[in-house]
Amino acid sequence: MPKDIPHPAAPPTFSGKEAAALPHRSATISVLVDNESGVLARVIGLFAGRGYNIDSLTVASVDAGGSRSRINIVTSGTDMVIEQIKAQLARLVPVYRIAELSQEGPHLARELAMVKVISDGANRAEALRLAEAFRARVIDATVESFVFELTGGTQKLDSFIELLRPIGLAEVSRTGVAAIARGTRMLSASPH
Amino acid sequence: MTVMQQPSGAEILLRALRDQGVEVIFGYPGGAVLPIYDAIFQQNSIRHILVRHEQAAVHAAEGYARSTGKVGVVLVTSGPGATNAVTGLVDALMDSIPVVCLTGQVPTHLIGNDAFQEADTTGITRAATKQNYLVRQSEDLARTVHEAFYIARSGRPGPVLIDLPKDILIAPAPYQPASAEPHRSYRPATEPDPARIKEAVRLLKGAKRPIVYSGGGVINSGDAASEALVAFVRATGVPCTSTLMGLGAYPSNDPQFLGMLGMHGTFEANNAMHGCDVMLNIGARFDDRVTGRINAFSPGSRKIHADIDPSSINKNVLVDVPIVGDAARVMEALLAAWHADDARQDREALAGWWRQIDAWRAVDSLKYTQDSGPGAIIKPQHAIRRLYEITRETGRETFITTEVGQHQMWAAQHYRFDKPNRWMTSGGLGTMGYGLPAAMGVQIAHPDALVVDISGEASVQMNIQEMATLAQYRLPVKVFILNNQYMGMVRQWQELLHGGRYSESYSESLPDFVKLAEAFHGVGLRATGIDDLDRVIREMIAIDRPVIADICVDQKENCFPMIPSGAAHNEMILGPEHQDRTASITDEGLMLV
Repeated sequence: MPKDIPHPAAPPTFSGKEAAALPHRSATISVLVDNESGVLARVIGLFAGRGYNIDSLTVASVDAGGSRSRINIVTSGTDMVIEQIKAQLARLVPVYRIAELSQEGPHLARELAMVKVISDGANRAEALRLAEAFRARVIDATVESFVFELTGGTQKLDSFIELLRPIGLAEVSRTGVAAIARGTRMLSASPH
Repeated sequence: MTVMQQPSGAEILLRALRDQGVEVIFGYPGGAVLPIYDAIFQQNSIRHILVRHEQAAVHAAEGYARSTGKVGVVLVTSGPGATNAVTGLVDALMDSIPVVCLTGQVPTHLIGNDAFQEADTTGITRAATKQNYLVRQSEDLARTVHEAFYIARSGRPGPVLIDLPKDILIAPAPYQPASAEPHRSYRPATEPDPARIKEAVRLLKGAKRPIVYSGGGVINSGDAASEALVAFVRATGVPCTSTLMGLGAYPSNDPQFLGMLGMHGTFEANNAMHGCDVMLNIGARFDDRVTGRINAFSPGSRKIHADIDPSSINKNVLVDVPIVGDAARVMEALLAAWHADDARQDREALAGWWRQIDAWRAVDSLKYTQDSGPGAIIKPQHAIRRLYEITRETGRETFITTEVGQHQMWAAQHYRFDKPNRWMTSGGLGTMGYGLPAAMGVQIAHPDALVVDISGEASVQMNIQEMATLAQYRLPVKVFILNNQYMGMVRQWQELLHGGRYSESYSESLPDFVKLAEAFHGVGLRATGIDDLDRVIREMIAIDRPVIADICVDQKENCFPMIPSGAAHNEMILGPEHQDRTASITDEGLMLV
């Protein structure tokens, strides 16, 4: 049976804690929104206006009728800031649900990168060997260049790109993180 | 047989407004909204009040909303009409006031072409509203209007804007009544969690030095919330203080009321906040004007925070017991749980706490000395005290609005409110020019009441053109100017923080306010010395027309107590009446506003 991930309607208690002593952490937040015009601007404006970080943001329509979109945001801050981000997102009118996947049980997070390498000789051969080791696919090739496609966690993509940097890395295009809970837990549009 | 023509978008809009119970619109016409004005012309059920500037339309709607608990409605044209309204919208957003603002827009096919009087209104107002809409299809029009009213008044109220392209207003549109279905995504919780209520009661029962700190949320929730607050405070015997926004929810003449807290709060309220061991915050948001230096704010207390907006909780101050819910429901639940809980309250400790509070009260931090000799200069505090006493003598229902600055703080300190919805002031945004148009909106809603805008000579000039609106609609609003010829609060900060360098804070070339009132078909009065004061106040109240009372007050008077920026509640500066107590301002404090 699918299980709803609860909407964070109840704020946590910070009994006995000092704001300044809270540790800094990363958070992956998924937001299910009405696909109305301006909804992405509303979410981005919230982050910009209140000075929150956006490390990654992805958005796409996710239902059959195209009436709902899912926004995945990777952000960072102290517990207090992340709780505040969640509360601010939850009170936007077109938001159905939000979940911090990184806190509410195991989850999967993936992104896709297309990486262009322009090189020759040994560097070109080395790039191809690295691609094989990372299970990246070659999706375009010329005599001077490759475009690799790689899917995986952010760190895996980061290391692949770093390794290619000295051997002809020319251009990178990344999608940002898409995330989903493991198992039967899900983010559904039933209202909070 | 006649062929029924389908009504136009403009007619559908008015029908939806009528169905929402709208009786008054504050607005200003222009090209893009002409179809709406044409439809207004052809009906009688909705009254239109023509303001003289779009910002004033929003403040008037705010005054109307705050004094009635209804949603205020604004109608302005595209481009400059919409941009002029932005300050009012942000004001309503910051103070959680339900307003629906209708803006005209260029026809849909011209949107994005930099057409005449085009502005990206939804883009500009996204951060200025709780929600906004651009209606692109006629069939969405009625539904959007109903939704806007629901959003404006539900949960934490706020301004909602609907941008209406001209072609949508002209084209035929279908009508839909408001849906009985719950909103698809926005359903704020109003019922508090009983477990958290129990936890809160347990903390409060065990408290030795408790305090209730109430805010604008209690006013917004309605009369039931104020009644429940009073019942709870009386049943528990705890002291109660209030934010600027919350004044009137708890009767200020009650002995359990400590006065306002915060930057210009009373000595007893701020010291009690600093020294309490359990704090119940109901409908307030730990604003920086209330907390002072955040890491020194009420350091030894357990904090219970009840708010209808979960994002207000743990935003500035980490709390021990968060409660999400409507203020009335929370206070009623707390009172019921208080009586149901069989733990005994520590009445002895509470009595000791009251002895301490009474000692702070004895400092009499709002004290001022009014010289009573003939022609003596009027102290601004005294002007407000007399205004309060004389309006009270008349027994008339009285509503007070203010502009922003020293006069606003003196009004909050010295005018006493004993009912909610009688006090309208720009708290969050601090908008100079708020008071006159807000008073206009209040007077429209309460034609027989006494409505006074307590103002300063600088603030009042920011929307002075609304005197013409008062004249047109015969609104007998009283503008009570505490005239010290300075932007008083700026002058005060320059004196205290910037070495007395009064940079640009002197009001050069002031108008003659008596003649100004006459030019706007009103009555002008002036008090230059203490002997004039009572006579001018009485005359002002007696005149059934718009009045400007120019009260010339002490130019050098400062507003005390004051928590300097970057200081804690127990580091208040008291006035010249209390020379023995001083505090200094840190460099960090200088950076704060």
